[in-house]
Amino acid sequence: MKSTVIRLFLSLAVILSIIIAISCTKLQSRSIRVGVAGAHSGDLASYGLPTLKAAELVVKDINAKGGILGRKVELLVEDDVCKPEVATNIASKLLSNEVHVVLGHICSGATKAALGIYKESKIITMSPSATNPQLTQSGNYPNFFRTIASDDAQAKLEVDFALDILKLKKIAVLHDKGDYGKGLAEFAKEFLDKSGRAEVVLYEGITPGAVDYSAVIQKIKNSEAEAVIYGGYHPEASKLVMLMRKKKMDTVFISDDGVKDMTFIKVAGEYAEGVYATGPKDVSKNPLAIAAADAHKKAYGSDPGAFFLNAYAATQALLNAIEKAGSTDYKAVTNALRTEYVDTPLGKIRFDERGDAIGVGFSMYQVKNGEYAEVK
Amino acid sequence: MEYFIQLFLGGLTRGSIYALIALGYTMVYGIIELINFAHGEIYTIGAFTALITASVLTLYGFNEISILILASLVAVIYSSAYGFTIEKIAYKPLRHAPRLSPLISAIGMSVFLQNYVLLAQTSDFLPFPGLVPEFQFMKKYEHIFSSTELMIFLTTSVVMIILTLVIKFTKIGKAMRATAQDRKMAMLVGVDVNRIVSITFIIGSALAAIGGVLIASHIGQINFYIGFIAGIKAFTAAVLGGIGSIPGAVLGGFILGWTESFATGYVSSDYEDVFAFALLVLILIFRPAGILGKSKAQKV
Repeated sequence: MKSTVIRLFLSLAVILSIIIAISCTKLQSRSIRVGVAGAHSGDLASYGLPTLKAAELVVKDINAKGGILGRKVELLVEDDVCKPEVATNIASKLLSNEVHVVLGHICSGATKAALGIYKESKIITMSPSATNPQLTQSGNYPNFFRTIASDDAQAKLEVDFALDILKLKKIAVLHDKGDYGKGLAEFAKEFLDKSGRAEVVLYEGITPGAVDYSAVIQKIKNSEAEAVIYGGYHPEASKLVMLMRKKKMDTVFISDDGVKDMTFIKVAGEYAEGVYATGPKDVSKNPLAIAAADAHKKAYGSDPGAFFLNAYAATQALLNAIEKAGSTDYKAVTNALRTEYVDTPLGKIRFDERGDAIGVGFSMYQVKNGEYAEVK
Repeated sequence: MEYFIQLFLGGLTRGSIYALIALGYTMVYGIIELINFAHGEIYTIGAFTALITASVLTLYGFNEISILILASLVAVIYSSAYGFTIEKIAYKPLRHAPRLSPLISAIGMSVFLQNYVLLAQTSDFLPFPGLVPEFQFMKKYEHIFSSTELMIFLTTSVVMIILTLVIKFTKIGKAMRATAQDRKMAMLVGVDVNRIVSITFIIGSALAAIGGVLIASHIGQINFYIGFIAGIKAFTAAVLGGIGSIPGAVLGGFILGWTESFATGYVSSDYEDVFAFALLVLILIFRPAGILGKSKAQKV
């Protein structure tokens, strides 16, 4: 008796799913299908759900205006719980549902696992949050784009700034031996070595909290470095800068967002003047960002969560590229992503050869009259 | 050669600070055989007191020299009061307890004072004004050796000479030496041991305060944690030179300062501490009592 019920139930379920699948395919033939993959449940859901909401908001807007290329946009939502093995499964599932592009995934590990599958089928994938440098830099994934700066973006910005704008030839790279500081310093050194345009004359870790840094300062002086790139936080940075200035050294000091802190200026006082530090780009005054946050509040009754603006920008960029390309053809859309600027809450963005967004991420700031001012 | 001299002078400055603090450790150990772990915190308190005094005096428009002298004086008096009180509260009641008890009490005092400064002041770094004026005759050498660094070195030297003279030639010094040799016997011949111990703590604290003020004006910033690291290094210097010996503390301070400075300069600052402590281990292997320490039979 019991088994008959189960059998009946199962066959019903199979029939139902077939019907749904068929109806879906019928619906799909006309719409532009965007896969949204990420963690929507589990302990990392708070990273994935804002992206889903951003996509829903953008798509609602676009569909209200009649869609793209005369076609409605449809979202296919899949949950990967930030696990690589689940991510590959849902990637296959999205492919069998014939998505045109994918917004996601959220975590770097899951993204990497799924990317291989999308690459085979030439599906453009854009993540609002995967920061692992390798995803774009390895060159293995030409179908991958992202609207967030990679982990090494600060180091890259520091090095580019030193080489292209300040035109320096001899650079000392220092760090505080910590995860954050040393990680940045390693990237900076690597970029400098690769560029071949400047020499790393000194690469050292200093001990945080040490009584005196005079010996390191003498070493910097002796190395004839024109600039110091420092990876670390403001207490050591202010000591280094003060000691250098007191020794009448005008060595340029470039650091990261661990130093872009008002305490640094407060402690180092007049000696802080002229110091460069990278920091997240300020988008709080961008009218599109304000509008997107307001729309979120209206629709969901709360403030947007992590990576919301990045996801908003990513959805806009994807759909804009499809519109500009005039089709969902892989080559045409990729090309449009790389050439066409789009106005997003993160500012005007397009993508570089590797898939990183140009115009997203960090800016260079300089201390002027006791405050950090963006270097334009 | 110029590089060598610069590193040498840098080590001299750093060593002077270690020496000033190490003197406090070594004196207290010499007299009551106690490692006063709260000594580093006295140094922090000295620096904070000087900062507050200097800020107030600047408001009243005092000139540089008088600010330096007054701020140091207030710092010395205030820190000495702390040193005196710590001894009365945390160590004196344990004078006849097993040796481990005052040690734990000392660690407790250190943690207590550190958190006291944290709560009473701030956890943030505070800017510290350069209290030492720039001497005219140093202008030419400013890029190698600043006025502050010169001041640090001179102060340490003068203090060490005065201290040695006091201990060798005054009555109090004689009483101190007697207490160090045998507390009970000193008491029997009429030395007020409690008073001598208090004086020792007061002198040690005063030196730590001077060290705190000087290094803070050299580095230009302070927070509640500076004393802990400086204290550990100074303690190392005291052990290196032979704990209980006054010239040993100064010598240990300089050797440690130079080791760190040259290790940074010629090898890498990554290994600064590795070299410093490797040297300590080496010296203790060959001279277990430290460079100038006298190994003596354990008192029974």
